[in-house]
Amino acid sequence: MSRPVQARRLEGIDKNIWVEFVKLAATYSKVNLGQGFPDFPPPDFLTEAFTRALGGQNHMLHQYTRAFGHPPLVTVLAQFFKKLLGRDLDPMTNVMVTVGAYQALFCCFQALVDEGDEVIIIEPFFDCYEPMVRMAGGTPVFVPLRPNPPKDGKLMSSADWQLDPAELASKFSERTKAIVLNSPNNPLGKVFSRGELGLIAELCVKHDVLCISDEVYEWLVYDGKQHIRIASLQGMWDRTVTVGSAGKTFSVTGWKVGWVVGPDRLLQHLRTVHQNSVYHCATIAQEAVAQGFQRELRLYGKPESYFVQLPKELQQKRDWLVQSLDGVGMKPIIPEGTYFLVADISQFKSDVPDVPNSDEPYDYRFAKWMIKSKGLAAIPLSAFYSEAHKNNYTNFIRFCFAKEEATLKAANEILQKWKQEKTSS
Amino acid sequence: MFLASRNFCCHGIRTCQLRTDLLSRSIKHSTSATMPFRHKNTRRIEGLDSNVWVEFTKVAADPSIVNLGQGLPDISPPSYVKEELAKVAAVDRLNQYTRGFGHPSLVKEGDEVIIIEPFYDCYEPMVKMAGAKPVFIPLRCKNDGNSASSADWVLDPAELANKFNSKTKAIILNTPHNPIGKVFTREELQVIADLCIKHDTLCISDEVYEWLVYKGKKHIKIATLPGMWERTVTIGSAGKTYSVTGWKLGWSIGPEYLIKHLQVVHQNTLYTCPTPLQEALAQAFWIDYKRMDDPDCYFHSLSRELESKRDRMAQLLKEAGLKPVVPDGGYFMIVDVSMLNVDLSDVDEKQPYDYKFVKWMIASKKLSAIPLSAFCGPETKKQFEKYIRFCFIKKDSTLDAAEVILKNWNKQTG
Repeated sequence: MSRPVQARRLEGIDKNIWVEFVKLAATYSKVNLGQGFPDFPPPDFLTEAFTRALGGQNHMLHQYTRAFGHPPLVTVLAQFFKKLLGRDLDPMTNVMVTVGAYQALFCCFQALVDEGDEVIIIEPFFDCYEPMVRMAGGTPVFVPLRPNPPKDGKLMSSADWQLDPAELASKFSERTKAIVLNSPNNPLGKVFSRGELGLIAELCVKHDVLCISDEVYEWLVYDGKQHIRIASLQGMWDRTVTVGSAGKTFSVTGWKVGWVVGPDRLLQHLRTVHQNSVYHCATIAQEAVAQGFQRELRLYGKPESYFVQLPKELQQKRDWLVQSLDGVGMKPIIPEGTYFLVADISQFKSDVPDVPNSDEPYDYRFAKWMIKSKGLAAIPLSAFYSEAHKNNYTNFIRFCFAKEEATLKAANEILQKWKQEKTSS
Repeated sequence: MFLASRNFCCHGIRTCQLRTDLLSRSIKHSTSATMPFRHKNTRRIEGLDSNVWVEFTKVAADPSIVNLGQGLPDISPPSYVKEELAKVAAVDRLNQYTRGFGHPSLVKEGDEVIIIEPFYDCYEPMVKMAGAKPVFIPLRCKNDGNSASSADWVLDPAELANKFNSKTKAIILNTPHNPIGKVFTREELQVIADLCIKHDTLCISDEVYEWLVYKGKKHIKIATLPGMWERTVTIGSAGKTYSVTGWKLGWSIGPEYLIKHLQVVHQNTLYTCPTPLQEALAQAFWIDYKRMDDPDCYFHSLSRELESKRDRMAQLLKEAGLKPVVPDGGYFMIVDVSMLNVDLSDVDEKQPYDYKFVKWMIASKKLSAIPLSAFCGPETKKQFEKYIRFCFIKKDSTLDAAEVILKNWNKQTG
């Protein structure tokens, strides 16, 4: 073609860390702690619900369901979130189902961000926020979480990474349309405290700004901490869209079922985007997820609840990986939530050959080298930073510990061997 | 729509004291329903909130209504397709993310996109959402309005040529066509291809009904015409191919340099499609690929099954005094209802005749269909408002129920 075939809205958003690293991991890695998905099976009760739906009499489950969400699913989500938010929810207007939380985010940005709007993004951030804001014609404005290491020399916790209140306030302007909050936070694992959320809420209310709250890891919270939903804070319900994910909730990332919960006056615009893009989501997966939620509603707070068992299991895995990494001299930052942890690799600088004049940040080079030469896959932390700030945090890599014992053991073996090589050399 | 009120609470106040005052005031305001709220919709979705499906699915939801409206099969998908999914659901790793890839990122503000009317309704809002301008061209009935077949509906080549200009980025082709059921002939495709090549235009070819083509007709892929592969994106659907609309799996096929832009959009919107469903679909495709020359192949057996339903539907409609346009492909049939002379002038709504007719038909005959003007641009609504669209991919009992209604119709209207 003689003229540029692609639309300008794609400028700068063609690169994607996952495409690159998923390929590398597939080619070289023996142990993949990179991309965030569980390698353990989903809970039986969920896959059984799927199989039951398939084999059942109702073959209409293979056809289109309600565009904005399969009725049994939106109904149980409304019931569940009514409990969690302390507010009556209408399943038809306060809940919408999407193809994964990813598409929920897409609908948020397309519906609410116009050309020239500013959107505040807290760094480090799940990488899709930036390209989605840009694709909507918006301008991302970044504000970092800053590490405040404990004075006693103990390992850092994700709680030690904090926003500077004055710095955050300075990012709000007349053009600010929304702020994206992700708690528990990917990649750090930070669980924002009530005080921290209160600070953000205050600014949102003061500047009449929307909040897009990505809470996909809402159930993965450790050490008795509590996940607080910003939509439940004063003045926030009317201006918040809360995003959730069956993939993360039930360990079925491949089912691609997500949702948004919020006031009708915001969700009506997300519905417009949805009906003009994807329109419906796969029926059978929604049916099975609805049954999963019905079970969890019955067992809410009880020891057999998956939402109680899963974080318990993952906490053990977290502790195991922390020990493993600490043992070899990588400094893990203990996450309060999610199934990710970030480790400081400064001590390993000497291992990775220096590439003069490379425009790739150190952690990218390190991670790629580690995959190829050690067969262990992780993701460089600077992937979760804006272009302008990538070079500020190049000594960290992110591991995913939602993995079977065998996988974590194998990772430990690689790390131990590596440590031995270093001490003997 | 909301009031724009960007200055609410914003007087450049940065000190703590005043901030607290504002905060307490704003909290009171935010719980009131009349709070000035600047969060209106983005410009890109302006006017796209109404949708014929949302409107008519609600009205036809009453289970006592025989629903020949929305296009979804009420027949069962082939059993091996369901079995493949059951097998796949038992394999743990297939419940997690798969390879990221599987929309026109090719259309931008200021571009024009040609849409042939009537058209599957989503094309227009999608073009607008991309910031481009839809340019319409209608299919016109050859025989002075006396149409017995979808083949009677054709494009005027001179009229079509006039729609192309330097701003034309793409043309959307849908063959077999929804709602008319037209299967574009090689000659007709050549006319379109020639214009695409001459004006360096892309072709977005929606071929979701590609397997549903009836006796004597052949589906031709425009991408196979000389000069077209490099400028065509061909779209397909598992939902239509295997009668599993609820699986929501589709695909785009085309040259790498076009598909890579679709991949960028995909990775920034959905990222992946459900894994178990893709796996099961792949298995089902292998089964049918191996028996493509066999009459039992689902791609052939389904169109045979549908052809007899088509013929039955056409017969019933004729007996009821209606004029069906028998489709060469797809599972929809449009019908001219004007000779019934149903007087709806007392119905107050400012809607086209066919919208009013369908609502009346649902309420008084318990039979639903979709008004054809839902598939038209603003200029042609008048031309098509005497037609309604029936979907015939329905099980026998549904068609039996429709038969009863149609047979009794004659008696009642006399």
